[in-house]
Amino acid sequence: MNLPPHQVQLTEDGRLKHFLTTEGLSKALLTEILDTADSFISTQERAVKKVPLLRGKTVVNLFFENSTRTRSTFELAAKRLSADILNLDISKSATSKGETLMDTLWNLEAMYSDMFVVRHADSGAAHFIAEHVTPNVAIINAGDGRHAHPTQAMLDMLTIRRHKDSIEGKVVAIVGDILHSRVARSQIHALRTLGAAEVRVIGPGTLLPNDIEALGAKPFYRMEDGLKDCDVVIMLRLQKERMQNALLPSEGEFFKLYGLTEQKLALAKPDAIVMHPGPINRGVEIESAVADGHQSVILNQVSYGIAVRMAVMAMAMSGQQQPTALSEEA
Amino acid sequence: MSLPAALQDCEHTCQELGNRLKALLDEQHIHNPLIIGIRTGGVWVAERLQQQLQLDEAIGVLDISFYRDDFTRHGLHPQVKGSQLPDSIEDRHIILVDDVVMSGRTIRAAMNELFDYGRPASIKLVCLLDIGRRELPIQPDLCGAELELSDGQLVKLSGPQPLTLSLA
Repeated sequence: MNLPPHQVQLTEDGRLKHFLTTEGLSKALLTEILDTADSFISTQERAVKKVPLLRGKTVVNLFFENSTRTRSTFELAAKRLSADILNLDISKSATSKGETLMDTLWNLEAMYSDMFVVRHADSGAAHFIAEHVTPNVAIINAGDGRHAHPTQAMLDMLTIRRHKDSIEGKVVAIVGDILHSRVARSQIHALRTLGAAEVRVIGPGTLLPNDIEALGAKPFYRMEDGLKDCDVVIMLRLQKERMQNALLPSEGEFFKLYGLTEQKLALAKPDAIVMHPGPINRGVEIESAVADGHQSVILNQVSYGIAVRMAVMAMAMSGQQQPTALSEEA
Repeated sequence: MSLPAALQDCEHTCQELGNRLKALLDEQHIHNPLIIGIRTGGVWVAERLQQQLQLDEAIGVLDISFYRDDFTRHGLHPQVKGSQLPDSIEDRHIILVDDVVMSGRTIRAAMNELFDYGRPASIKLVCLLDIGRRELPIQPDLCGAELELSDGQLVKLSGPQPLTLSLA
């Protein structure tokens, strides 16, 4: 790879043309994504939820890894922008017949696709594809390995902004398996850029990356310390497969130490909000009383996710257009 | 080229436009119109018309960024602010207000957007200034003044206080 992702994803004049990572993007650009998403929330409250922005464009959901929520919200976002969308579950299709990644892509390009939404188990997959697709095809990263999940991070930023007015000055705690979490990494970059006062990560030592302080987050090993005076608590899903690798004792043990209960939540500020990227494991990382409680904004996150994905898709598509002199038009 | 007299005092032109609009609505027995301004200049003119007609209801605001027909050429406007319309425009008589009407493409986009909110009873188009150069079969019902510009010349409304037109 020749260029770092934050350069590959921008046009020469600094507009978004792919969306691969929140790392290295300016505060102005992240704010533009949030502002545009805000406008899309209002169009979705109408009886007619579609806008004609991407009419005639073809978006391909290219999921090499399973996902229900992310795939379906991308699908809805594309449809509400009036694009045509094709869902490809690659884990069950061509690659299992021996076709290489590039062959799959070239075939899809030959179908005149305008945008690929990519999820892949390998870190850097979306970046690789962005560097190899033909010009004028936009790539949106829907999660790559442990690296990044930028649309999830931006919908979380939008959630904080809409429920806490602003991200600036807020104390945010991210709890759980930070080590394997692309969501946490993308969140930390976005929170730092958007001016959060403090980003904390809470989890057992085996699930916190060594370089966490270099990313700008403060590690805590006990909920009792890390949750104190937080404005926002973000719970991560515990991936059960991690337990087989002896990184974790047991579900019960994890819940006792790091599960979010009403009692532990009481340590945060009284008006703190509780977030979770879903799907939630009730009784593993979060108790039902908290997940369904008045401080939970977990279902709001899902609605905002569609608006954020609409914003990012519209902006990246816009960045793929050949720049022409902007004419005044009345 | 300088601006014609009617446009040197925009406030006065708006007032006159308001009087003519009132007469038109009376003549057609329209009693409870909804005034909708197109961002940004149209909103300023719409606010003045709403005050003059002494309507209780706040004006609606239309941001046509998601409906433009030049998206594939120019992309998304970086400062999209969104539209603010009442819950329903179903069966309402709408006064659509813009500052300057030229090609008619903005009005086409605005009408498309309005129909995604509901089915209005009627739409009237009111503008401060008509500078011709029409590319679509769209004509204002009322306009403050008409002006012919030389090639490449454009006109810009600044506001909201004071409301002034300038040539560029």
